[in-house]
Amino acid sequence: MNFLQTIGRVFLAFLATAGRLTIFTASGITHCVRPPFYPRIILKQMIEIGYYSLPVVGLTAVFAGMVLALQSYTGFSRFSAEGAIANVVVLSITRELGPVLAGLMVAGRIGAAMAAEIGTMRVTEQIDALTTLSTNPMKYLVAPRLIAGLTMMPVLVFIADIIGVFGGYLVTVYKLGFNASNYLQNTWNFLEADDVISGLVKASVFGFIVTLMGCYHGYNSKGGAQGVGMATTNAVVSASILILCFDYILTEMFFAK
Amino acid sequence: MNARSPKISLQGVKKAFGEKVVLNGVDLDVGVGESVVIIGGSGTGKSVTIKCIQGLLTPDQGRIEIDGENVVGLGGTERERVNKQIGMLFQAAALFDSLAVWENVAFGLLAEKRINRRDARDLAVEKLALVGLGSNLIDLSPADLSGGMQKRVGLARAIAADPDIIFFDEPTTGLDPITADVINNLIVAINQKIGATALTITHDMQSAKKIGDRIALLYDGKIIWAGPPDQVDNSNNPYLDQFIHGRTDGPIKMALRA
Repeated sequence: MNFLQTIGRVFLAFLATAGRLTIFTASGITHCVRPPFYPRIILKQMIEIGYYSLPVVGLTAVFAGMVLALQSYTGFSRFSAEGAIANVVVLSITRELGPVLAGLMVAGRIGAAMAAEIGTMRVTEQIDALTTLSTNPMKYLVAPRLIAGLTMMPVLVFIADIIGVFGGYLVTVYKLGFNASNYLQNTWNFLEADDVISGLVKASVFGFIVTLMGCYHGYNSKGGAQGVGMATTNAVVSASILILCFDYILTEMFFAK
Repeated sequence: MNARSPKISLQGVKKAFGEKVVLNGVDLDVGVGESVVIIGGSGTGKSVTIKCIQGLLTPDQGRIEIDGENVVGLGGTERERVNKQIGMLFQAAALFDSLAVWENVAFGLLAEKRINRRDARDLAVEKLALVGLGSNLIDLSPADLSGGMQKRVGLARAIAADPDIIFFDEPTTGLDPITADVINNLIVAINQKIGATALTITHDMQSAKKIGDRIALLYDGKIIWAGPPDQVDNSNNPYLDQFIHGRTDGPIKMALRA
């Protein structure tokens, strides 16, 4: 009997959380499109996500490109198909690794920071203070972050794509000694607009997920320092899992025909 | 009470969190320009009362009227319209730590676009002067200020939009006795100057007697005694006597096990 009770309790808690998250998401989206807007805060968040994440995401991308080139060389040299290194690198980066790695990095950097900041605002009554100063916290805190995540992640991933391909180029040309112009030619020939666009759409969705999780967990944090810590952890973990989940779903939507 | 209808009127307000009943039928009227202090032990629902009036929490039952209008369940722009006339000083000041002092003070007016950013600085200087702070700290971050100064900035922010109603949430908690008295004097002076209706919650009896035109004791989810400060000491109410003298023994049973 106790066993069934536990299952029931967990299931109900899951449904309640799903419901709360859905309401929060819907409310966040409607506040993104209804005035008043806070351009100053949107800009600040865009710089935080797009500009200050560049070093982390860039480093991740360059090493991902490099290791891809190295690994695919090991594999392809068995079939004397080393010419395909460029294709593997560019397709993997633009379709998958660019958006997913950038998403995970930004989840760690931005999602955590947002959850901690909004969570601290919650426990120090700053969110209540916003309401008493006739400012809707969903509009002032959540909407600008969602907008910034949605718009800046594709930009970030586009740059990461270029850096990742460059990483592959470095290893292929300087370490493995292949011809540079051949590599670039192969990259360009095999790349289709769909590959890049699908990656950028993913990036946008991941940006939304990261900022949404950061805001949701921060906004609903309880208690003091411990609550904020938990909110931060939950934001990063849930964002990372959702990114991988949605990566599959989106890939299925784009390419499974 | 004056002849006009009360500014704030709570009628049978009930609020429970799960099994735990916090407010069990609170009735309280606050007249226009009156200063009422709600006293009560920790966890008796003083903060919940104020949050219900502001719409941060929705009561399960009862009416809350501001200027005769029932504000329970108001949402969105309606709620913002009501809250525009309310200023609040939070217990830990709740200043926005990502903004400078002057932006904090002028936040409400800036948010409503009733003022541009250049005028906001001047207004902040003016309001800070009312609470005895100089213009030299308007560019500082709230984190650079002491607790007492943060309270003052919070006070300046609460009065910046010339509210009709001000809530003070434990204005003296966590301050040394002298700073606490300074804050008390400021609150009295500001209430007189801007003529706002004030509702204060505290468990500091000295503060309550100084600030309040009327004191109300909240116990077990109800207002069980209310009267002017000079009657507090000879009320013959066993609950009130126990509270003001801070005795463990008496009719009030603190939930020590909770």
